[in-house]
Amino acid sequence: MKQSSVHYKKEQIVNDVMIYAVISLSAIGVAAAVILFFVAQKFKVIEDPRIDTVQEALPSANCGGCGYAGCRAFAEAIVKAGSLEGLNCPVGGNAVMSDVAKIMGLEVEEKEPMIAVLRCNGSRENAPQKVKYEGAATCAFAHGLYSGESACPYGCLGLGDCVVSCDFDALYMDEITGLPVVIADKCVACGACVKACPRNIFELRPKGKKDRRIHVACINKEKGAPAKKNCDVACIGCGKCVKVCPFDAITLVNNLAYIDFEKCKLCRKCVEECPTNAIHEINFPPRKPKPEIKAGASEKPSPAPEPKEMPIATEIKANN
Amino acid sequence: MGGVHPPENKFSAGVAIESLPVSKRVYIPISQHLGAPSTVLVKRGDEVKTGQLIAKSSGFISANIHSSVTGKVFKVDEVMDQSGYRRTSVIIDTSDDVWDDGIDVSSELVTDISLSKQEIIQRINDRGIVGLGGATFPTHVKMMVPDGKKAEYLIINGVECEPYLTSDHRLMMEKGEEMLIGTSILMKALGVENAMIGIENNKPDAIGHLTQLAQKFKGISVHALKVKYPQGGEKQLIKALTSREVPSGKLPIETGCVVDNVGTAFAVYEAVQKNKPLIERVVTVTGKAAKKPSNFLVRIGTPISDLIEKAGGLPENLGKVIGGGPMMGKALMSIEAPIVKGSSGILLVPDEEAHRTPPKSCIRCGKCITVCPMGLEPYLLAQEIKHEFYEKAEKDRIMDCIECGSCHYTCPSGRPLLDFIRLGKNKVGQIIRTRGKN
Repeated sequence: MKQSSVHYKKEQIVNDVMIYAVISLSAIGVAAAVILFFVAQKFKVIEDPRIDTVQEALPSANCGGCGYAGCRAFAEAIVKAGSLEGLNCPVGGNAVMSDVAKIMGLEVEEKEPMIAVLRCNGSRENAPQKVKYEGAATCAFAHGLYSGESACPYGCLGLGDCVVSCDFDALYMDEITGLPVVIADKCVACGACVKACPRNIFELRPKGKKDRRIHVACINKEKGAPAKKNCDVACIGCGKCVKVCPFDAITLVNNLAYIDFEKCKLCRKCVEECPTNAIHEINFPPRKPKPEIKAGASEKPSPAPEPKEMPIATEIKANN
Repeated sequence: MGGVHPPENKFSAGVAIESLPVSKRVYIPISQHLGAPSTVLVKRGDEVKTGQLIAKSSGFISANIHSSVTGKVFKVDEVMDQSGYRRTSVIIDTSDDVWDDGIDVSSELVTDISLSKQEIIQRINDRGIVGLGGATFPTHVKMMVPDGKKAEYLIINGVECEPYLTSDHRLMMEKGEEMLIGTSILMKALGVENAMIGIENNKPDAIGHLTQLAQKFKGISVHALKVKYPQGGEKQLIKALTSREVPSGKLPIETGCVVDNVGTAFAVYEAVQKNKPLIERVVTVTGKAAKKPSNFLVRIGTPISDLIEKAGGLPENLGKVIGGGPMMGKALMSIEAPIVKGSSGILLVPDEEAHRTPPKSCIRCGKCITVCPMGLEPYLLAQEIKHEFYEKAEKDRIMDCIECGSCHYTCPSGRPLLDFIRLGKNKVGQIIRTRGKN
């Protein structure tokens, strides 16, 4: 008997504790809910729902090509600005920007798609190796240390900082030439390689109609003789291209020709004129045979060989 | 703290300094010192005399540059320097050696110091004297002690801890007295009572010679030091001689010390007592591949190929040519590059020793930490820089690195630690400078 009464008491206590616990915890819960409700009311963050929709429309590459920290930051910037002026997602291109414009109820200007262009053709054949570098395999350090294996102080160092920087696998080092190659299909013109290159060799230029474009594949500002000494295909600043250009698109500053892509009409006169083959044409159909030009062309240094296995060879002279 | 013991290989220690004949054409870069490049004063076709000012100091931290030869300015153009980059230089075609007016070219010893403190500093500035230990910091800047600080000791650096090099050693042996007068001049300019000359034990002849000479000079003492690389570093030498440590990120004057190289002391003697500008220096041409290791007194601007020619020519088994010593020197892009104020040696390395081993993985042995004379963690700094953690590297005191190369020398995996740290110092330095502007 005694034992069972004790047993009964214990159950009683357990039941009481359970009830108290349930009641007190519920009370705390209700009180907390009330407090949280008022706090949430007081500190409510009103966020434009369009930010989320815009962010969903963006490619989520978070590459920073737009100049913002990531796609979310870019979406916030678009909604905050209320206009699309000066804002562009190079990865998504016109398709994504028109989607974004639809969400925002704005008009967007069609932008010409851009591509990264390597302004150096100092391959192992064109710019022979003079010294051997065995230091840390980063262009940034090598640039500070010396002028490069070919001794051209402006040319590609070939250690691949740009390849490391590319988030889109659009760059690879060509084993034969020792130069990076841009894969046109993959390049989104985010500009990471432009920033990564310590010598500022990459430039973002328009892809051009039918992917055809012309650029000066050299940034050597030295005078003709020293530039030519290190590299067969260096721009020697002769100015022939400036004279031949009917659209005044070419300027010669510090012994270096530069083609303004906004003025250039892709007539290819400069390509024929260039004595060192420093001006490159890409994806153009072969020229009609002209005997005298052909004879001149054969004397020119050979262009870099086309990379194999790649569907579209860019940055390489398609035909000559 | 730290340090390594590389083989000394001082082949040219017993070879007397030989004056190199003036080259047919010299190339004098206008930026041979730490700080702003000088402003060129001459143009094509000008006739210049030896010792004439050709480029003027263009700021507080800058230095005058004088013609090291007599002749005609061929042109002012960009010439490839030791790193392969083109720098503005004055190219002079030489003729018979005629010294500029007011320069005493006799070898007579002038012992009396007649100039006042201010006049001495002015003369050092005027004659283009820079630190000849390698960093080429303008000496007149060092002499001007900032307000609130007081110099207690002048330390003369005769350590020459770099293997192979013997230019300072030979200078102490042959121009000991001049160098001690130069030390007295520097003491007067700084207003200090005591000067200490630190020399490593591997040069007993220089220690004996200078100890004997120093008895005639008041306040100058000669100290023998244990052999260890990099004892010749400014901060390491202060620690070895005075047991004081330069705080992180501060200058040696914080400890009351000013350090100058023996070469600088000799150049100061010549500038102050003889009015001679810094137009020549002692350069060691040595190395395992060198046919005739020698010490030359060379005019600034002489092509390095002329020195190598005089030392027996280029050997067949040559791997690379290094400007400076084997630890801190850099391989030359071209031997046509000129000798500058900071060139202390030319090292001809045979091919079998010239190559780096391919880097292997870090095994976390910690040897680089043990040998780092600044108490840094080189393996960590190299990793941080590789992954672009510049702020973290700055907190880990990357800017304290003196680039002695002990970490790379000792690394059993042959990792290019110093390469990454040098890159990091460059990047972090840029960050600090932009922060200072904002």
